[in-house]
Amino acid sequence: MELKDIIKPENLVYDKSEVQTDTIMHYCPGCSHGVVHKVIAELIGELGIQEKTVGIAPVGCAVFAYNYIDVDWQEAAHGRAPAVATGVARLNPDKFVFTYQGDGDLASIGSGEIMHACNRGENILVVFINNGIYGMTGGQMAPTTLDGMVTSTTPFGRNADLNGYPMKITELIAQLPGTSYVTRQAVHNAASVRKCKRAIKKGIQNVLDKKGTSFIEVVSTCNSGWKMTPVAANKWMEDNMFPFYPLGDLKDGVKGEPVSKN
Amino acid sequence: MAKVKGAVVVDKEGCKGCGVCVNECPHEVLALHREVNSRGYHYSYMENPENCIGCINCGVVCPDTCITVYRVKV
Ligand SMILES: Cc1ncc(C[n+]2csc(CCOP(=O)(O)OP(=O)(O)O)c2C)c(N)n1
Ligand code: SF4
Ligand code: SF4
Ligand code: SF4
Ligand SMILES: [Mg+2]
Repeated sequence: MELKDIIKPENLVYDKSEVQTDTIMHYCPGCSHGVVHKVIAELIGELGIQEKTVGIAPVGCAVFAYNYIDVDWQEAAHGRAPAVATGVARLNPDKFVFTYQGDGDLASIGSGEIMHACNRGENILVVFINNGIYGMTGGQMAPTTLDGMVTSTTPFGRNADLNGYPMKITELIAQLPGTSYVTRQAVHNAASVRKCKRAIKKGIQNVLDKKGTSFIEVVSTCNSGWKMTPVAANKWMEDNMFPFYPLGDLKDGVKGEPVSKN
Repeated sequence: MAKVKGAVVVDKEGCKGCGVCVNECPHEVLALHREVNSRGYHYSYMENPENCIGCINCGVVCPDTCITVYRVKV
């Protein structure tokens, strides 16, 4: 069978979502941000919620997220996305409001905002891209940087005595009663992307059902900051990030439960 | 069991040559071209098109959503 007999509209099985714009993303080749953007755009399209979605963009490499997913957006100051989302969601209870934040944004400068939004159980979805580094500004150490990990500000590796311990903020969030669903996912291969998509779908559904905060960490790569090829970065993540940041659900329950089940 | 044949179309200009799709394809269909696109990236292409089963794995992992996949039963 010739290619031209296969490449026909009726045989189409995978294509870009209409909710994703045609703008070429500014991300480095192989960056996890692009995969997560794509998954969010696909779900918004599949669930038919394009008109009622409001995204809150972070400061960090994803600062231009609003150029790539064709929904309403509001840009927030660094780390303040959960506070802005609180306002948007409370004033527009019928909208689907989500934040999209990096680990520097969420776990460092914005650690207060995320804790309190999750503790209040704001009816929002949080998508948390943990690449263990400040990607945008040149690969500085983040709270999430692994012990011993080399960054531009820890050239000899993170040293807990000097730099503190890597922070599992998702485990902390899972203790907060305002959350209903807290999970840790990845997007390094097709199976994990499919799983992550199911998790984000559940988070979106929870918001539509007004179940409180859903929090989805995506353990990610920053191959530029890590100074590796994209394929090597995915492997490094499996070998080094996953043991410390194990994938899976941390809480799958209802708002109001004081602690996570796990 | 019905056999399937697949084919992909890579948006050559959108591709950043990251190689993630090449690594993910279970049938070694894809490779990075020795030539580059207008932005200087070695774009992905079907080096062994006859092996493609249209599993969509390459499309699913592409961070720049530049792979479209087709599949037929034969
Ligand atoms: C108030 C303020 N402080 C510091 C900065 C500098 N800054 C920009 S992005 C960033 C960190 C981004 O890291 P992360 O949130 O992990 O996003 P990534 O780029 O890794 O996706 C910092 C510190 C800023 N823009 N605004
Ligand atoms: S610097 Fe890192 S996080 Fe930012 S676009 Fe490049 S790979 Fe992605
Ligand atoms: S559809 Fe599957 S078999 Fe075909 S190129 Fe993509 S990953 Fe390989
Ligand atoms: S995953 Fe996408 S951007 Fe990367 S090489 Fe393949 S087609 Fe190009
Ligand atoms: Mg980061």
